Amino acid sequence: MPQPIDRDEVRRLVDRGAQLVDVLPVNEYEGDHLPGAINMPLRRLEKEAGSALDRSRPVVVYCSDSA
Amino acid sequence: MFDYEDGKLDWLAAGLPSEGTNAQRPRAGDIARKDVPTCRLDERLGDVRDRARGAGWDACVVLNEERVVFGLLRSKELKASPDLRIEEAMRPGPSTFRPFVSIEEMAAFMTEHDLDSSPITTSDGRLVGLLRRQDAAKAALELHEREHHSNGGQT
Repeated sequence: MPQPIDRDEVRRLVDRGAQLVDVLPVNEYEGDHLPGAINMPLRRLEKEAGSALDRSRPVVVYCSDSA
Repeated sequence: MFDYEDGKLDWLAAGLPSEGTNAQRPRAGDIARKDVPTCRLDERLGDVRDRARGAGWDACVVLNEERVVFGLLRSKELKASPDLRIEEAMRPGPSTFRPFVSIEEMAAFMTEHDLDSSPITTSDGRLVGLLRRQDAAKAALELHEREHHSNGGQT
């Protein structure tokens, strides 16, 4: 189960090399995303995470909001 | 693995930078004037008016110690009795907008609601700047002309 974090913790983790993953649909990702985030829509996350992400670095996932 | 639960909207509402096609188009936070005069609730209106007008402004945003917006003084409020405290003279609780709102949306809204200016704030109410209607309209028009010309004049 992913550990919930806030905005300040996101910034701290990114400064220390964490990978940002935007799980929104591609058109929403292309409109706006956090700097450096890659797009991995939720339905592809489980399948592609292993190959696309560096297991040695923390991963931060996010979507639009908490709703 | 970590979950940034409040997500992208929280990030954008805080005025933090983003990437993507929307990031290249001007937004409320980009056009808002960061040099708007500010004042505290306990100041004297006459002093604040002199300071604002001395800086070339006819508006002032009322903040607390943490830069949270409490009110707005527009031209009409600044003309009140100079001995009033700001708390008595100000327009309390003005409508505020987030930095990521598109400038076209802001220009249209401000025109429709006849707003001369609107405070732009983060999601926790801290002032980013004051967006003036004339600046929003100008930026929206320039954006439209830029995009219209880049499309070869096609609509």
